[in-house]
This record gives sequence, structure tokens and C-alpha cells, in this order.
Amino acid sequence: MELNSLTAHALIEKLNKKEITGQEILSALNSRIKDVDSKVRAYVRVGKNTEFKGSEAGGQSNSLKGIPVSIKDNICTEGLNTECCSKILEGFKPPYDATVIRKLKQSGALIFDFKTNMDEFAFGSSTENSFFGPTHNPWDLDCVPGGSSGGSAAAVAADEAILAIGSDTGGSIRQPASFCGVVGLKPTYGRVSRYGLIAFASSLDQIGPFTKDVKDSALLMNVISGYDPRDSTSANLDVPDYTKSLGQGVKGIKIAIPGEYFIEGLEPEVKSITEAAINKLKDMGAAYKEVSLPHTEYAVPVYYIIATAEASSNLARFDGVQYGFRNTGNNNLIEMYKKTRGAGFGEEAKRRIILGTFALSHGYYDAYYLKALKVRTLIKRDFDEVFKEFDCIITPTAPSAAFKIGEKMDDPLKMYLSDIYTISANLAGIPAISVPCGFTKKGLPVGLQILARPFGEETLFGVAHCYEQNTPWHDMKPKV
Amino acid sequence: MEYEAVIGLEVHVHLKTKTKAFCGCSTEFGNAPNSQTCPVCLGFPGSLPVLNAVALDYAIKVAIALSCKVQEYTKFDRKNYFYPDLPKNYQISQYDLPLSRDGFLDIESEAKLKRVKIRRVHMEEDAGKLIHEKNNSLVDFNRAGMPLLEIVSEPDLNSPQEAYDYLASLKSILEYLEVSDCDMEKGSLRCDANISLKVKGASTLGTKTELKNMNSFKGVRDALSFEIERQGERLAEGQTIIQETRLWDVKESKTLPMRTKEEAQDYRYFPEPDLPPFIISDEKINEIKKSIPELPQEKCPRFIKVYGLSEYDAKILVASKKDAEFAEECFKQYQNKDKKPVANWLIGPLASIASKSNISISAVEIPGGKAEFIKLINLEREGSISNLVAKSVLSESVESKDPASKIIQEKNLIQISDSGSLQLIAEEVIKENSKSVNDYKQGKANALMFLVGQVMKKSQGKANPKVVQEILKRRLSDA
Repeated sequence: MELNSLTAHALIEKLNKKEITGQEILSALNSRIKDVDSKVRAYVRVGKNTEFKGSEAGGQSNSLKGIPVSIKDNICTEGLNTECCSKILEGFKPPYDATVIRKLKQSGALIFDFKTNMDEFAFGSSTENSFFGPTHNPWDLDCVPGGSSGGSAAAVAADEAILAIGSDTGGSIRQPASFCGVVGLKPTYGRVSRYGLIAFASSLDQIGPFTKDVKDSALLMNVISGYDPRDSTSANLDVPDYTKSLGQGVKGIKIAIPGEYFIEGLEPEVKSITEAAINKLKDMGAAYKEVSLPHTEYAVPVYYIIATAEASSNLARFDGVQYGFRNTGNNNLIEMYKKTRGAGFGEEAKRRIILGTFALSHGYYDAYYLKALKVRTLIKRDFDEVFKEFDCIITPTAPSAAFKIGEKMDDPLKMYLSDIYTISANLAGIPAISVPCGFTKKGLPVGLQILARPFGEETLFGVAHCYEQNTPWHDMKPKV
Repeated sequence: MEYEAVIGLEVHVHLKTKTKAFCGCSTEFGNAPNSQTCPVCLGFPGSLPVLNAVALDYAIKVAIALSCKVQEYTKFDRKNYFYPDLPKNYQISQYDLPLSRDGFLDIESEAKLKRVKIRRVHMEEDAGKLIHEKNNSLVDFNRAGMPLLEIVSEPDLNSPQEAYDYLASLKSILEYLEVSDCDMEKGSLRCDANISLKVKGASTLGTKTELKNMNSFKGVRDALSFEIERQGERLAEGQTIIQETRLWDVKESKTLPMRTKEEAQDYRYFPEPDLPPFIISDEKINEIKKSIPELPQEKCPRFIKVYGLSEYDAKILVASKKDAEFAEECFKQYQNKDKKPVANWLIGPLASIASKSNISISAVEIPGGKAEFIKLINLEREGSISNLVAKSVLSESVESKDPASKIIQEKNLIQISDSGSLQLIAEEVIKENSKSVNDYKQGKANALMFLVGQVMKKSQGKANPKVVQEILKRRLSDA
């Protein structure tokens, strides 16, 4: 087996035993990228030589020493282009590292200088809204990898990355993880610092890991989690050693199955795969019961009001004044704004800015934004109720497996519905993981979503690890 | 028809914290453009604000001093608008849940006491500064992100002078709290005014205009006076007032229209998601309450009562905290019970020296300190030196950096009040000036002054003229 196809924990073991060198990992990765990335296009701005930035020496811990990590293009890396796959951030090299990057460097990890592809500003569910063009699903190159962190998911799935970092605002880690057959975790809001993550919707965004198995996810979370005084929304709570949650089994675990997630729109094949996974957990000793999350149907509209409102304000700073793309030859300030933003943003970004601006406008605020905030509270309460009795909730990650490139591009509403099962976790601020749980007849992976109460990541790792270790899915590799 | 002005003021003050409102950059004034910036105050992608705890404490302090109700639950909001001096194209401010509400400030204006209600006091961040050149514009972000306090009054003011006195009173309190420099020229205090006219005695308000761009208290007063006249003339001509923002043009001494209500922006306020709402505990409020010093409105009556000052003197002395503290130390060092002479010296000679350098009395460097100052007052009071000499000694001392007593000694300025030695000189003068002596005896009163002058001359100016006059009068009426 090539080194690039191994998990981080397997590589660390080999490094510790001195069976391999760090350089060998890098060479294996580089040759894999050279071989397949022209087909997958997981990375953007790919040049001839890959570089790795990191501080091997002087780090606080060495838990990821020598392990390369691929980074989504919306997370600031000092001196390395960070463009959110948008023309408007063309050439932007942040003068600072995001907190997660700093933590990764301190752990001895190496930061890949090719960033992973994404929907522009994380606006999308297919990675088709990238200024650099779409990423292709390693399991079927005609299909999307999901989005918005499609590049990170595809890189890990195609063994073009060992570990990858993405961001999840409404499912942007879990949905592509599901489509690409890898493990993707959206942590509790506040668990991982957002400092240096170029904001899409500040009250929903979280950074999280893409990995080949659950153990790597726990390892990576150990490094990137924790309070950050630079992020006022980060939680000042101790972080447990997540690897200790592994191997504990699911005996006595109480699982809730929300009826609202198994209705029309869920593809029958995905439904039966999910039900089989739930039965597998039952066989291993977990108990499950159907429950109701009554406000589920409002999650998508609430999300698209709150997320676009915040985005319209967060993206106001891209005006050509200080950094990124600026239209030249303007006659006045307003023209500079209009032409810079007109040419700099893609279609979906413009659509969301307009939606959000409208939702916040005088006379509409109460009917849209304020109402949405209230319903958000109700959605949160639905979860609180369920978690009084249950340890976790299990649902499909997405209503379907990966769809064809171009299939939903003309219909934004259809595209928005592919996040229907993932959005609620962001609105409620709770953690959720997607683990591979089977394949469709066409050979496309399907993900199982497990949700837990705030800061209940240990539960997620425990259940997901037990499931993974008793099923073959995570060992399957796509043929690219 | 007689009209009455209705005025409300919006005052912005810079809080003089060491660092900016949401990042660690310095707030120093006057450094090289963009030398005090970081990813946060430049609004770089991915950066996040963290509230400066000191700025919050200062804001609470002001709210308490203005008798506002500090809100237990408060939050920040985003005020969205595009302008190149605003790095994020939104300003972090407070909208529907401000830090505090419903306070008041008691002012005295045109010999009347007045309570001006304060609608709200809230925190926000400042923007940068645009510098326009011939073919382009530059931005200096040093000021961007500096902590600002917005203090909004109710429309309780009825004349430009009241507005002026409100500002002076507010400035005095802010200085006492040591939270702001309140320097309008440096932009650390800015004031916008809302003004409308209503028929005297009527309850319905007229259409208001908002005045901006005044850069002194006097400017605020002048702009309001102009606007009252302008609105009055329009109403007299039967025209309506247009609701608009007008800019004060200090050179032309008039207000000019900037934008009308129709052009007003929709700021699309919404809760700042990067800063969770915060709770201000009663303990916190009590702790800050304890740190509030005696304010001018309390200090003034105490000065009158304890030091026997006139109301006029007391008011002048308490206007600035440093001056008041300086005055109080002087009072304590002065042994006499009646402190009025000290007050006279502070408000008179010392103030005139201070005003030459455009500084406050407490900032005057008196060689030898307060002790020398008090010594000088004592010498003048006991008649050892004349008032005129004492004043010039003080000026000279400050200028030359020599203590007053050294100057008095070197120049031998102590007056001769000892009648024995003065009598000897007087006898000499009488002998040498028989003509004048005769003139005086024949009723020419002026002749006495000539003789006094002669004695002064012989004593090299050190004779106490009052004593000399007494001696001569007595001596010449005897003969």
C-alpha cells in the first residue's frame, strides 16, 4: 500500500518505528497528486512543486509531527494564497495564520501550500461554484464531490491528502464527506476557533476535519480544538482527549431516529442503507427509538435567511480598497465598488448577498431575520428535548448520494435541499459527524450522520468508531 | 408667530484606553498613517473582534456618572454601510439594546438650572480617516477601531447657549472621570445637533435638521444660532423646513445642505454574531461606582462651604479636575481660614500666566511648587511686597525658573514698612523739598504724592507707600 493511502495514525506509527521518513510521505503524496489531480481537481493553483509550511521544531506537542494537512481555501495561511476560490480575493496572501493553522504547526503538522477547492465563499453544495471550476468525485468523475468543502473531501478520498481541514456552515463538511466516502466532523459551535476562517455566516461556521477514519478525526480534533482568546465565540472549556472515546462500544447507547428525516425526498436506496446501519448499531447493543424534531421543516428557510443575512454583511469588506481584485479605470468610488464586486463575485455569491441584504432591509427585518432567529431557537429546543433522553440522533447525512456535475446548477432551490439533513446541526450549534455506511448500486458512497448534544463530540467518536470498526466501508478506495 | 428652538445633541467621545476597542493596537494620536493597525482593525478576512474590557468599564463609568440605567443585558450590532474609511464596510455599534439609557445631566445656563435628559449612552468603534489628494484618495486606519462612546440627549435644550453649557458640563464630567481627552480639535469629542423650531408653548415639534461638522463648542453654538435664524426666516415666509443633514461651514459661518431624509441610508442593523451578548452584573456596577471621583456638581458647593469661596470662584475652579485638586492643595497649605485670597491668585495672576501658554492653571510649572506660590501670597497679604511686585515676581519666576523667594531676595524687594527707618528718610525728603512741603500745607494735595514719590525713590522703591503716606501726613500736619 502506498503511504499516501494510509491514515495519519498508521503513518505516525511507522514514523515512530522509523520504518519510513517524512520525506517519503511527501513524495508519495506529490506523485499521487501529479497522477490524479488533473482528473479530480481537489486542489487549486496547483503548481509544479508542492511546498509544505510548518514548524517541526519548537511545537508544543508532536502529535502530528511530519503529517501533511490539506487546507480549504477559506482558512488563512500566512503568506500562502487564501482566496475562497473567488476572483475577488485574487492574490490575497494573509499576513497571519488562522488559529487552527497555528495549532497544526505547533503539533508538528505540515501545511500543504496547495489549498483545496471549494464553492466560492463556501456558497454551495457541489463545489461547482468555484472560480477555478468544479472538483470531480473520485468515485465517479462525472459526479460532484459535494460541497462546499468538496476539494478537501475529494483529496482525502482519492488519497491525495492524509488529513484535510474544511468548514461547515450548513453541511459543508458532512455532505461532501458523505458523497466521497470519508469521515467528516462538524464540531460544536465554539469548540474550534474561527479566527482566520474567512466568514460566511459567523453564527453557523465551524472548522472541522476530513479523515480516512474516525481515529484520525479524533487525533485531528485533539489538535485543533480549544478556547481561543481571539475568538469571542469560542468556548472556554477544557478539551478531552478524544482518542479515549474510541473502542468503547455502543452497548446501552440510546439512539433517537427523527421521523422528519425519513420522508419524501429521501432516496429509497439511501433510506435502506441508513436503516441497515441503524440495525447494525442495534445488533451491537444500542437501543433506538423514533422521535420527533417538529420544527425540522423550517430549518432550510431559517438557514437561508440567517446565513445570507450574515454573509451579506461579512462579504461587504470585499470592495477592492485594501486587498484582492480591484477593477481599474473607475471614474469614482461608487463605480469602483460596483465594477469590483460585479466582476469579482460569482453568480451564487451575488444571489446570496442580495437575499441577505433584502432580509435585513428596513421594513423586512422583523418578518424575515427576526422571525428566523425565533424559529432557530425553537429548532434548538427540539434538540434539547431529544437529548434529555437520548445520547445521540442518527439520520442520513444527505437525501441522496453524489449527483451529476451540472445536474442542479440551474435550480438553486434543489441545490439548497441537498443540505436539508445537515443544516439543523448548525442552527442548533450541536456537533455532528458523517461516517461511510454503504454504497449505492452505482457504487457511490453514502454517509451516516450522528448528532450529539453540545460538546458531545466524545459520543460521536464512540458511536462512529464502533460502527466503523464493525463495517468494511472505510476500507473501500475509489479507482481514479 | 414666536418660535422656540428644540435641540438635541449627539456627542461622540474617544475613550482614552491604551488599546483599540476590539484589538490590541495603540490608540496614540498623531503617529504615521497606518502604523497602528492589525488584521482586526483593518477588517482583514478571517479576523475577529474581541471587546476591550477597559473600554467597557469606562463606558459604564460614564453611564453611571450621567445617572443612566446600566442595562444588565447588552449586545453589539452591525451598522452596515459602504465607505472606504470603514474597513469592514460595517461599524460595530449598539442598536436596540444599548449599554445604558435614561440618564440626565444638570446644567446651569444663563443663570438658570436645567435638567437635560440623556436618552442613551452606547459604545461603538471609530472609522479611519480619508486624505484626499489631487487625483486620488488615501486612507489612514490608525483611528479605525478606536473606542467611541455615543451620548445622546433628549431634545431638552432650547437655546444655542444651553447647548454650549451642556457640552461644557459634559466635558467637565468626562474629564473628571479621566476617560477621555475631550479635545474637539483632535476629534476626541465630536458633536452633531438636531434642531427644530416649534410655536412657543405648542406641544407639536417642527421638522428638524441635523447639523454636522462643528469642530468646537463655539462652532456648535454658532451653527445652532444660524440654523434658528434660517429656519425662522423660512417659517416666516410660509415655507416648510426640509428634513435634512446640513454641514456647518465655519469660514462662511453658515449651514449648507448635505443630504435629505430620502437619501438617508438603510443601515440594516443586526446583532453582531462575532460578539456574544454580555451581562453586566450588579457587582461590576458597584465596583465601578466606587471608582467614580467627586464630580464638579458636588465639589462646587463643598468649595463654597469649606473654603468660603464665592460661587463664581468655586465654579471656575471646579471646572477641571486637575485644577480643582491643585486649588484644594493650595487652600490646605495656606494657613489663614479665609481662602478667598488664594482663589483670587489662582483665578487672577496664575490663570493669566497659564492662558499665555494656553494651558490650565495646574499645568503651570511654578518653581519651588505650591509652597513658593503660597509664600508669595503670604508676603503680599502681610504687606511685605506690593500686589504689583508680587504679580511680576510670579511671572518672572515662571519664566526664569527661579523660585519667587530667590527673586525677591536677589532684587531686595521686601517693602520697608518699619516706620522708624521710613521716618528718617521722610525727614530727609522734607528738608530737601521745602517748596512742596509748603505747597501741601497750603492745600495742594498733589504735593503729598510728590513727597511720597521722593521717599520711594530714596528707598529704591522698597518703602511701603501706604506707610510712607501716613508718616508724611502726620509729620506735616504736626508742624
